[in-house]
Amino acid sequence: MTLVDRFNAAARSVPTAPVYALAVLPGVWFFYLGLTGGLGVEPIKALEHKLGELALQFLVAGLAVTPLRRQLGVNLLKFRRMLGLVAFFYVVAHLLVWLVLDVQLLGQIWADILKRPYITVGMVGFLLLVPLALTSNNWSVRKLGPTWRKLHKLTYGAVLLGALHYVMLVKGFQIEPLMYLATILALLALRVRIPLRKAAA
Amino acid sequence: MAGRWINKLTHADVTPEAAFLNRRQIIAGAAGLGLGTMISPAMAQEAGDLTPNTWEEITQYNNYYEFGTGKEDPAKYADQLTIAPWTVKIDGLVDRPGDYAFDEIMSQMTVEERIYRFRCVEAWSMVVPWNGFELADLLALAGVQEGGKYVAFETLHRPEEMPGARYPVLDWPYVEGLRLDEALHPLTIMATGIYGRDIPIQNGAPLRLVVPWKYGFKSIKSVVRITVTDDEPPTSWNKANASEYGFYSNVNPTVDHPRWTQASERPIGGGLFAKRQPTLMFNGYETEVAALYEGMDLKANF
Repeated sequence: MTLVDRFNAAARSVPTAPVYALAVLPGVWFFYLGLTGGLGVEPIKALEHKLGELALQFLVAGLAVTPLRRQLGVNLLKFRRMLGLVAFFYVVAHLLVWLVLDVQLLGQIWADILKRPYITVGMVGFLLLVPLALTSNNWSVRKLGPTWRKLHKLTYGAVLLGALHYVMLVKGFQIEPLMYLATILALLALRVRIPLRKAAA
Repeated sequence: MAGRWINKLTHADVTPEAAFLNRRQIIAGAAGLGLGTMISPAMAQEAGDLTPNTWEEITQYNNYYEFGTGKEDPAKYADQLTIAPWTVKIDGLVDRPGDYAFDEIMSQMTVEERIYRFRCVEAWSMVVPWNGFELADLLALAGVQEGGKYVAFETLHRPEEMPGARYPVLDWPYVEGLRLDEALHPLTIMATGIYGRDIPIQNGAPLRLVVPWKYGFKSIKSVVRITVTDDEPPTSWNKANASEYGFYSNVNPTVDHPRWTQASERPIGGGLFAKRQPTLMFNGYETEVAALYEGMDLKANF
């Protein structure tokens, strides 16, 4: 057995339920740290940023599943739903920290969404994820058939907007958000298939 | 040294912390009743109460991009920087240009305590008990010439000891500037200490500018050069993004940053459930500094 085969066999034997629990643990941990002073003297922004970054990381991981399988034969398809739903969990948590702890005023929240482009971009990204989270069950997959695959291509837009949101919010020239954006663009580029007939001609 | 009135009050003379917290709860309650937007001047004064933040808050949460863009990076990497010996080059339109050794400057300055509100452009705020001397006194040492209209400042740029300065986050070295009348204003100080101790490197050792009615980034750290000019000097954040950061950058709750509101701020130290408080015009120093900007359109000159 090759290394990849052995990895795939091991992955198959891992149940997904405990993986969900593990995946949301960092979020819970950061919230606990925020409450107890572990996130520094200004825990609100710190928690907001940690959750946003976790959301982006899970979105990137979800995006990596298909190229990993196609290019390297590593099969993590079984975990893709989990990755997507956990990413959504972190996006919602990030949004809630922003609404409840950070901005606090309802009128201000609405003004920010409309007036601040980076918030508008983040918000649109979140809205794109909502139908995906709602249809991430077996019943929807069966019911929607081929439409489900098309619908879930919205992920690409959502992830790009997420990265853009990050690029737009930092001050000065910073490398980290650009690395996320580059990674996402690379993962999307791997999906572009050069038509075979053209290549043969 | 100028023979003016010297403040002898210290942070110990300010309202005890426990009493202050009680008062803050009352204010928070009032804000909850929807009084937040029609706060009376007296209440605004209260909201901007001058109880200093703790030493830890002031020294562990810093924007000093030469050490990294994270708030904790400056404290983490500060010990890599050597600050002795230190000289400040004072040049331009001055009678006595030259390299002024830090110790030489200190031997001629009268250090006093100034408890100031500190408002970051990112909409958080602190109260800091600075120790320092008036910039006017330092400028008098060099003798400002007749044609001087502006004062330009420069931060040390030493990438081998400042890990963040190895990345092009900003166009290094960090530079700032003030109009001469702003620089000579008695509220404008060069800080050399906090809580009576030497100012830590992450806060801008050995000496930094503090202009309490402007956003924090105007208060340039670890100053190595002061130049009196007749032209408005370039400033780092304005060079990086002119639509977001103007030359004046006075704290103004009615002029928003394009990416966030400046109407309110979060005082550091309130934990995960800290309430925002209304931002005061000129950061609460309107009485003292409004005259500097009489007749100016503060929306155009943000």
